[in-house]
Amino acid sequence: MTKTPICTLSERELNPTVKISGAHILLESLKAEGVDTIFGYPGGAVIDVFDVLARHFSGDFRFVLVRHEQAAVHAADGYARATGKPGVALVTSGPGGTNTVTGLATAYMDSIPVLVFTGQVPTALIGNDAFQEADIVGITRPCTKHNHLVSRVEDLARTIREAFIVATTGRPGPVLVDLPKDVMQAKTPFHYPLDLELATYKPTVKAHPPSIKRAADLLLEARRPVIYAGGGVITSAAHQELRTLAEMLFLPVTMTLMGLGCFPGTHPLSLGMLGMHGTYRANMAVSGCDLLLAVGARFDDRVTGKIEEFAKDAKIIHIDIDPTSIQKNIGVDVPIVADARDAMAQLIAAVRGQGVPPEHRENLKDWHAQLTAWRSEQRLRFDRTTETIKPQYVVEKLYELTAGRAIITTEVGQNQMWAAQYYLFDEPRTFLTSGGLGTMGYGFPAAVGAQVAFPDKLVIDIAGDGSIQMNIQELATVKQYKLPVKIAILNNGFLGMVRQWQERFYDQLYAHTDITAAPDFVKLAEAYGAVGLRAETTSEVESVIKRGLETPGPVIMDFVVEREEGVYPMVPAGGSVKNMILV
Amino acid sequence: MEDSHVISVLVENKPGVLARVSGMFSGRGFNIHSLAVAPTLDPEYSRMTIVTQGKEQIIEQIIKQLRKLVNVVKVQDLTRGDYVDREMVLIRVRATGPKRSEVLNLTDIFRAKVVDVTHDTVTIEVSGTQSKIDAILELLAPVGILDLLRTGMVAIQRARKGS
Repeated sequence: MTKTPICTLSERELNPTVKISGAHILLESLKAEGVDTIFGYPGGAVIDVFDVLARHFSGDFRFVLVRHEQAAVHAADGYARATGKPGVALVTSGPGGTNTVTGLATAYMDSIPVLVFTGQVPTALIGNDAFQEADIVGITRPCTKHNHLVSRVEDLARTIREAFIVATTGRPGPVLVDLPKDVMQAKTPFHYPLDLELATYKPTVKAHPPSIKRAADLLLEARRPVIYAGGGVITSAAHQELRTLAEMLFLPVTMTLMGLGCFPGTHPLSLGMLGMHGTYRANMAVSGCDLLLAVGARFDDRVTGKIEEFAKDAKIIHIDIDPTSIQKNIGVDVPIVADARDAMAQLIAAVRGQGVPPEHRENLKDWHAQLTAWRSEQRLRFDRTTETIKPQYVVEKLYELTAGRAIITTEVGQNQMWAAQYYLFDEPRTFLTSGGLGTMGYGFPAAVGAQVAFPDKLVIDIAGDGSIQMNIQELATVKQYKLPVKIAILNNGFLGMVRQWQERFYDQLYAHTDITAAPDFVKLAEAYGAVGLRAETTSEVESVIKRGLETPGPVIMDFVVEREEGVYPMVPAGGSVKNMILV
Repeated sequence: MEDSHVISVLVENKPGVLARVSGMFSGRGFNIHSLAVAPTLDPEYSRMTIVTQGKEQIIEQIIKQLRKLVNVVKVQDLTRGDYVDREMVLIRVRATGPKRSEVLNLTDIFRAKVVDVTHDTVTIEVSGTQSKIDAILELLAPVGILDLLRTGMVAIQRARKGS
């Protein structure tokens, strides 16, 4: 068989009349967007793209073959969260597409720029219930920021550019592009419209100066201020501005789950996380504050609990790039639609312009004394005397032994909350977790994505024995690409968070949450060619972590932990700080 | 207060746009009372007139969520200003004996049109404001409405004087 000669990019630049295939255009476009990594899984409808990828673009892209399409999207998502660049996944039609739905919904809820390219049956067969046909554009409409079916090869390059613009600007989010097989085979001259402007899509990024002025006034007047910072601070890279403002005005900062890392967890002004499993101090602070500066956060129900009781004595300033987030769950006094970084920079300038009065710190002294009192009243704590391993201890030891330097991903449930509570994040983009959708099975493939982005960094998935089984097949992926992802399973033989709710609110009837029928994770790791280690007593924890971290390549560390440990403090769903359960 | 709002939405005339709009309403639990849609003078765009009900905060959210859709060009809450609205209705009524002249009388009074007629039915076309439509429906109800088709409201902002 002879290879079809395909011209090089430079030839094409000289001769824009040369026609190339849709598959080729797709990959040239990804190159033009600066994409260097693609996560995916092949199939009949995208076979042309995979062929061109392997034949002509093997030097341009790192392709990571996952073992399930859901993992492809989570990995692209993890890559995006860790790097700030968009993540890209390529899968086939039908089941390939439907398997991406959870990944898309996860990225959508957490505003992560992910591009998913799905194969589709040839245009002539669309609507005919063809083999591996699914209306993936229809299916994913509510869980993507936008999506497209490309029906003509002439529209392809423009559509890809549009997809990247929409995914990465404003409030970012996933975009799906559906590619019929005949469109991938058809040929047209290639021109990539990098300077494309979209007439109907223009997100507001600049803050309105009068609102900034008002916010600055309120910040200077407040006696009990709190900053409530969310994932938007990380998205817009406003962490430096946040820190400057907080330090300048002596403002305590609490973070949402998505915001962890946007302000140093070890900073004296950090109150830790707020919300359902937030610190006592953070929740008391928000409850008692007279001014709440919300930035890049959306007043999620897991943060606010009972909305009427949330920051009820406070004036609220809300900075968010998405106008729909403002006044959605709670009325605010100063709405600011803007990119967090722009708004914070303007706010800093406004405060500087007015000048911080010399007595400002003195004015906040009582408030800070109160915050310290709350801290000493109720710290995060667990029983340190048991021989049975406490899961919190494992996370604490991971933090110590990695000096807080790892990229941590989590699954969802108790493992996620303990990771959020006991691992202190000083840098943005080091804590990758499914906050909005709460997707079990997210952490491991997200760790794959982060590790591909940063081959030399330590990437650890803090998992539960339930969640890890939801994408355990990715052990083959980490083996294939020699990705040294470490997995720490907090193994309690339960779907622990549900069990905890059953213990607290359902008379300890543990309805279908016992999952002791599980694989031997050490043997499972070995079956995949990875290393498995196990700790069964507190005294073994440290040595297992040390060995796990020193071992090259992928490792599962199976920590057999206290079965019925709970995550505390806890504000029951829809409750307020008054209902906070402390142990 | 749950007020009725008339929202005019200019969208790109592309496949799937109606599904995006209606999906946003259903997915977020908003109510669509009526929806009328057709291309504008420029066939690249379509105009939707959506009648919806909700508290102020819900209406604000509906408008913001509409604006957030990539294919949406412009969203106006016409209820906030002065506007003209019309709906067209086709009404088939049982019209035998003396009722026939009553129906035809009402047709005249409401400046409606007979568009179809049989021995025992009359079908009329009437257009007007919601109150006019409500009025004729109320008067025809005792006669016996057999079938009713409404287009949903279309509405346009009043032009400013001198413009």
